[in-house]
Amino acid sequence: MTQTMESQIKGKRVKLHDMCLRDGMHSMRHQIPVEKMVEIASGLDAAGVPLIQVTHGDGLGGSSLNYGRGMHSDEEYLRAVVPVVKNAKVSVLHVPGIGTLDELRMAADCGAGCVHVATHCTEADVAEQHVGLGRELGLDTVGFLMMAHMTPVDALVEQALLMESYGAQTVYCVDSAGYMLPDEVTARIGSMREALQDETEIGFHGHHNLGMGVANSLAAIASGATRIDGSAAGFGAGAGNTPLEVFAAVLDRMGVDTGVDTFALMDVAEDSVLPMMSKPPRADRDSLTLGYAGVYSTFLYPAKDCERKYGVPARDILVELGRKRMIGGQEDMIEDTALTMAKDRGLMGHNSKGDKALA
Amino acid sequence: MTKVKCAIIGPGNIGTDLLYKLMRSDVLEPVWMVGIDPESEGLARAADMGIKTSAEGVDGMLPHVLEDGVQIAFDATSAYVHAENSRKLNELGVLMIDLTPAAIGPLCVPPVNLEELISRSVMNVNMVTCAGQATIPMVNAVSRVQTVDYAEIIATVASLSIGPGTRKNIDEFTRTTSAAVQKVGGAGSGKAIVVINPAEPPLMMRDTIYCETAETPDQEAITKSVHEMIEQVQKYVPGYRLKNGPTFDGNKVAIFLEVEGLGDFLPKYAGNLDIMTAAATRTAEMFGTEILAGRMELKAIAKGLAA
Repeated sequence: MTQTMESQIKGKRVKLHDMCLRDGMHSMRHQIPVEKMVEIASGLDAAGVPLIQVTHGDGLGGSSLNYGRGMHSDEEYLRAVVPVVKNAKVSVLHVPGIGTLDELRMAADCGAGCVHVATHCTEADVAEQHVGLGRELGLDTVGFLMMAHMTPVDALVEQALLMESYGAQTVYCVDSAGYMLPDEVTARIGSMREALQDETEIGFHGHHNLGMGVANSLAAIASGATRIDGSAAGFGAGAGNTPLEVFAAVLDRMGVDTGVDTFALMDVAEDSVLPMMSKPPRADRDSLTLGYAGVYSTFLYPAKDCERKYGVPARDILVELGRKRMIGGQEDMIEDTALTMAKDRGLMGHNSKGDKALA
Repeated sequence: MTKVKCAIIGPGNIGTDLLYKLMRSDVLEPVWMVGIDPESEGLARAADMGIKTSAEGVDGMLPHVLEDGVQIAFDATSAYVHAENSRKLNELGVLMIDLTPAAIGPLCVPPVNLEELISRSVMNVNMVTCAGQATIPMVNAVSRVQTVDYAEIIATVASLSIGPGTRKNIDEFTRTTSAAVQKVGGAGSGKAIVVINPAEPPLMMRDTIYCETAETPDQEAITKSVHEMIEQVQKYVPGYRLKNGPTFDGNKVAIFLEVEGLGDFLPKYAGNLDIMTAAATRTAEMFGTEILAGRMELKAIAKGLAA
């Protein structure tokens, strides 16, 4: 018997988690002014979005030469945003190996109420300390398994169980490359739902590189996810995250309860978020390549920078990074790869504009 | 030729790789290896190679230290037991080379500060972390030319080369490395980022070093200094290679390295582990040379005074 999508999700309750002030920091090269963050967060809160993430794009401690320096520190952002948010919980991203436990303590001290502890999808065991501290600090603690398309379903489930064993109350399947298609989401979320304890929530974080953010998020809900990340106006790495106002509208029509005021969310996206960028994220050929080749979405802008600097097309650099199986955090390898490709192509080294015809 | 006799504490991968390196040394001679598991493959292998072994830890070796003339001991166990190991052996006048994150002694990166540590006759040196051994020489190569306000290092290692101990304590690993980038590397402030990549076949260790200089970087002098420092490291890690750079972008200097291991006992991609055992061996050889030449005398640290 064929089940419709609507029959599988109607009547469910789903928590939407906005990412435009964290993943969207990538789109903005981590340069969102504090007052703009406050304006957007207040708007999202008033629209009933229950969770709002605020951090450097690469999480606590991400401000660096490797990932780009933030306009302000995580602490400055959090101290400004947390007090103006009335109903929503402010969350932070924390990547072991980038951020340290001290930074997580700082975030909790600022009043953050939720943490996404993120690791590559095969390396959950570096998160034990950080998940543990999240729980100790009383945070809503999430294990966030990135680049989940790179590992088989069974292996992902094992990693999800590890996150749960460390104390994660929610475990995410994260499509960091925007590579997954709905059936791949269904397989992953469905297997996680079967394996994890009933009280452990499951989440999905999509990227829109193949335009599948909304469809994949629906598939996730249908197979048991109760938390979905998206971003007002779709601001996020690569072609952005699942556009949250679009997703909220779809869920309204399908009878899913999110508690979000869809019109109010549309207004935040249109009036506050969108004007920040003259060219908002979209599936241009480079973003599309991320999704097509399964490459970490945040590699987009540094690859474009290297195209300008060394004359190697960003698309070629991204494909090569995918071939070398580079993962989240390895932004340093973008320039390294571009330099090597420029040498191999006879484009010379530093600051060469090169001859693109050679590529 | 007389050699300085050494003991290895911890018969795991690191300890065994160390043993292979010590067997080749002109200055050092491994005589003891101790562990805590009687079934340990590492101890059995060492015994086959003619090394005295004990499965009763350091205590099993202590009664023999003086008669067997052990002067240098390598600790490849864990931070939790290192302090005790060090105290017991220091009391017998044995110099400790610490490969754990305990860091009760001064941090040692051979081409940067080993000479200075030898001149101070310290009795315990800590080998920082693999990320520190790989990157701090480069930070220093820039900071010895001109002031470095900030240095940042990114170390990427193969998933298979990172054991459960480091994974459980990744925060200490990150923080110890950051602190050493500043203290030993000579940067105003430091940051370390660690990435664990599970690709198959495993990736070679990669290290990227960014330095921000206070003034406009002297490109020629920095490039020369970097190449000279790489030659220094290659003396003990032949697979320490510059892949790209140094590049200059405003005051930002970028250096891209690859570290291939010797493949003694550990696989070649695990350059991160090799650089630890190689740096530890190098350190012991430099101390050993001084001891053999009579320029350094190891002094027992009285009970209660050892770290």
